[in-house]
Amino acid sequence: MNVPTHYVLALSALMFTLGVLGVLIRRNTIVIFMSVELMLNSANLAFITFARSFGEIQGQVFVFFVIAVAAAEVAVGLALIVAIFRSRRSIDIDQISKLRG
Amino acid sequence: MTTDLIIFLGLGFVALATAISMLASRNAIYSALFLVMNFITVAVLYLLLNAAFIALVQVTVYAGAIMVLFLFVIMLLGAEHVEASPGLPWQGPVAVLLGLILAGEFGLLLFGREGTLAQDLQTAVEGFGSPASVGLELFRNYLIPFEITSVLLLVAMVGAIVLTRRERKESR
Repeated sequence: MNVPTHYVLALSALMFTLGVLGVLIRRNTIVIFMSVELMLNSANLAFITFARSFGEIQGQVFVFFVIAVAAAEVAVGLALIVAIFRSRRSIDIDQISKLRG
Repeated sequence: MTTDLIIFLGLGFVALATAISMLASRNAIYSALFLVMNFITVAVLYLLLNAAFIALVQVTVYAGAIMVLFLFVIMLLGAEHVEASPGLPWQGPVAVLLGLILAGEFGLLLFGREGTLAQDLQTAVEGFGSPASVGLELFRNYLIPFEITSVLLLVAMVGAIVLTRRERKESR
């Protein structure tokens, strides 16, 4: 695929912005979590683009690690959400205010 | 307008449309399915960017394992609709404003100056991004991080089990 590098990076940036918007707007904890995944994914796209642009394979190796860490993060995060749901009977982010000072 | 650009614009449109639909849909299951479609679209982009191995990892790990976990938890908790509480009234506009500022900064960085970024992607060398090349790099130069990742996954697994385990009565 022969398109200018900054086009692909612009797509990655827009996807990242949409992920940020999701975290800021939505109230469902699981959807917020999915928005974080979207941000990770857009960062991966930028990594792959730079790997291709500079002809270095390290970018792809980093994406591999990011995906592995994302898998671990999702497992722990969803376990936390299940634990919170058990004690509060809700995953609305506004209801989870027990730690508020 | 070249064929590559048309393909890229189509894929980019699908990726952005699915991302927006994910944010906009009220039902969390629909959000998850839109996110799956977004991941698959990005995997096709990876294929076009000479990252075949990463594209397959993306499909199996992200679109497969991670999103199945999401769907499973959504259905387990019955959390499809929890948008009941009104929240802060100014939250939406402020969030959109901050998002626009962020997008503007990205645009300034990407398009505001001439540099290496504005060049076309180079034609990749033969075998770039193949499983063999990624594996060679991984096991030659990134062996320790690779092993640490396995420990990280083990810790995450133990952590998830501990967090979701029901507390047993310890009276006896």
